[in-house]
Amino acid sequence: MSDYVKPLPKPTATSRPFWDAAKRNELALQRCTSCNAFIYYPRDRCPHCMSDQLQWRPVSGRGKVYSYTVVRRASTRSFSDKPYVLAIVELEEGPRMTTNVEAPPEAVKVGMPVMVYFDDVTPERTLVKFKPA
Amino acid sequence: MSLKGKAAVSGIAELKPWKEAPPDVTPLKLMGQLMAEALADAGLEKQELDGFLVGMPFADPGMIYPASAAEVLGINPRMLNVVDIGGATPAGMVWRAAAAIDAGMCNAVLCIVADLNRLGDQRVPVVSVQREFEAPYGNIGANCGYAMIAQRHMYEYGTKPEQMAKVAVDQRTNALKNPLATFNDKPLTIQDVLNSRMIVDPLHIFEIVSPCSGGSAVIVASPELAKKSKNPPIWLLGAGEYSNHASITYAPSLTNSPIKPAADLAFRMAGVERKDIDLVCPYDCYTITVLVTLEDAGFCKKGQGGPFAMEHNLTYAGDFPCNTHGGQLSFGQPGLGGGMSHVTEAVRQLMGRGGERQVKDAAIAYVNGNGGIMSEQVSLILERRS
Repeated sequence: MSDYVKPLPKPTATSRPFWDAAKRNELALQRCTSCNAFIYYPRDRCPHCMSDQLQWRPVSGRGKVYSYTVVRRASTRSFSDKPYVLAIVELEEGPRMTTNVEAPPEAVKVGMPVMVYFDDVTPERTLVKFKPA
Repeated sequence: MSLKGKAAVSGIAELKPWKEAPPDVTPLKLMGQLMAEALADAGLEKQELDGFLVGMPFADPGMIYPASAAEVLGINPRMLNVVDIGGATPAGMVWRAAAAIDAGMCNAVLCIVADLNRLGDQRVPVVSVQREFEAPYGNIGANCGYAMIAQRHMYEYGTKPEQMAKVAVDQRTNALKNPLATFNDKPLTIQDVLNSRMIVDPLHIFEIVSPCSGGSAVIVASPELAKKSKNPPIWLLGAGEYSNHASITYAPSLTNSPIKPAADLAFRMAGVERKDIDLVCPYDCYTITVLVTLEDAGFCKKGQGGPFAMEHNLTYAGDFPCNTHGGQLSFGQPGLGGGMSHVTEAVRQLMGRGGERQVKDAAIAYVNGNGGIMSEQVSLILERRS
């Protein structure tokens, strides 16, 4: 049994391909075959054009820090072990993701380029995080 | 279609928030007290209430809440609803009440919120998408989202920590004259704010609301019933509501909020200009929220909220009275009652009941309610007719 105490994603039928890809160390997003938009988080229908014809595509994993904060006092006990960098990363393909940037807090800047990495937080679950590129 | 002048706030009630509520207090117990006080203030009998808009208390949530609460309170409404748009709920109630009155469905609507700060460590997001794509990375509670808004605002516009701090400082000056405020015992300086503990960069603890327990209520009445109040009717002149995201991560912009369309609609309906506004009551869960609101509601240029806060005196005695009750930053945030405090304060000032913090000749007020992470926005313009 893992001693990991932080919340874990519970994949749904819609989102399972995303988490399965992460487990394979691959960042995959849905792409709408009708309007070509990349979509994050996973949806049943394109939030732009309502098409339900969405395809999973591997993406570059490159992005930029759109904004971030250093959480020095977390709202929940499970994140209170140490300060962490919570960030919004804007992917090269367009969508933004909530994630963590693994770097010393003072090294993180808005606009800095980052690259995806995969954090196997438990044997079953891999989170999609980023490091300075 | 317009709600301009179709209904008025004719009575208010508000409790002094507790940091720790007594153990025998429940949200419904508080609602009973608030309803009685608001009715007395409005000069109405309970039998005259025919609309009931209630906020879902986090401390006592449940399905089919409005009928259960109405039964306990002993009211028989023609319209009953939970309004569930976060901190924008109270402002959202006011225009919904006016719309129901304008449509002839109701004559007097009780808009009421009460809650207890008994969440403890239970600040987990309730929506599954948030559980799945936000919580695992530690985006839990509201602090993180607003911190990222502030960080991006600093990056895009050069906003400085002291400019954000100024909001908390001036609002504290206001709170010193508000007996109901939680933090009304000593003034605050910009240096005090900047020296206070950093919680989520760049926000310090004095820039973050303090959760507490309490509640407040307003009665929105038809022109006929508003006349029964000893108070001057405070007319709804304009209202606008807008939302374009839930999690700030998926908002079109971190710094351009959905306040702009909400405020533009409210001003258009009211037919007044920004310069006509005598006081503003913007939702202030965090200092940055106020700067973004002042920008997007059109009181200053986009990105200039920081310099604007420095250049103006935001106190009740100043040239730009802002959150004269202290804002939630000094009043406290009794759940949704935090959002209602901006409505009650605007009404109080317009009625001339501001006491030591009365804004001279206050006739028109702008109120903004903000839900979630800058998600749901409701702008109101209220007027006391001379």
